[in-house]
Amino acid sequence: MMEAGKEIETRKEQAPVTRETIRNRPVYLPPVDIVENNDAIILLADMPGVDEGNIDIVLEKDVLTINGTVEPEYHENYRMAYAEYGTGDFRRSFTVTDAIDHDRIEATMKNGVLKLVLPKGERARPKKISVTTV
Amino acid sequence: MWLSGLRGFDWMPDLWSEIDRMQQETGRLLSGAGAASYQNFPAINLWMNEHDMIVTAEVPGIDPSDMDISVEGEMLIFNGSRHPENAGDGAKFHRQERPQGGFRRKIRLPYRADSGKVEARYDKGVLSIRLPRLEEDKPRKISIKSE
Repeated sequence: MMEAGKEIETRKEQAPVTRETIRNRPVYLPPVDIVENNDAIILLADMPGVDEGNIDIVLEKDVLTINGTVEPEYHENYRMAYAEYGTGDFRRSFTVTDAIDHDRIEATMKNGVLKLVLPKGERARPKKISVTTV
Repeated sequence: MWLSGLRGFDWMPDLWSEIDRMQQETGRLLSGAGAASYQNFPAINLWMNEHDMIVTAEVPGIDPSDMDISVEGEMLIFNGSRHPENAGDGAKFHRQERPQGGFRRKIRLPYRADSGKVEARYDKGVLSIRLPRLEEDKPRKISIKSE
């Protein structure tokens, strides 16, 4: 029955294989929203099934990688009768500019959504220059 | 001879799973899946045994109070909505890939569920609904009396 589940195409997008993983599991690209306000860039990623403890956020030079592992869905004494989505890990990388204050990045996880707040460095913040009359 | 006859029954479940698979395939062809369509949001998986079923759906970022689940005989209906994140002053979207707004899904279950005993749980963005089978709908074992 597990095979039947695998054959169903899911709407989740599989991550392109750049490096092979140790675990033989599908890896999906989490859909993201990226919003910028005056102080920070906020990244929201849908990663259902990922626990706070199973998420890795790595910033290496200018590449920010988010990686979440999911426990495979399995119910003892049940057989899978119908499948529309597959379960697997999530991974996605982004290039961040040095306009981001690398030391103050904050991450929170709630209801399967990762929220990353990337504060802008002093340099990148909009400055208002007031004009004085002479 | 008798033994091999019994063994013949073994392939029966496989035949059923084959039929299940074909039904799924046809359903997929008809729904035009593959192309992203929010009509089928959220995607569901269904697990079952003789006594009950488990329907799971990935619905991240939704407040459980914004979700509504109802069961009517063999129809399971659930709807809800996802609100956009309030990003503060001067917010500008660079990317918007996560679906927003309301959704509604109606699913025909393989058998009638006992609506009084349905349990739903929401954890880490995954909704799972346990639907016990209606007692009078369960398969009965018929004993053969010998005279």
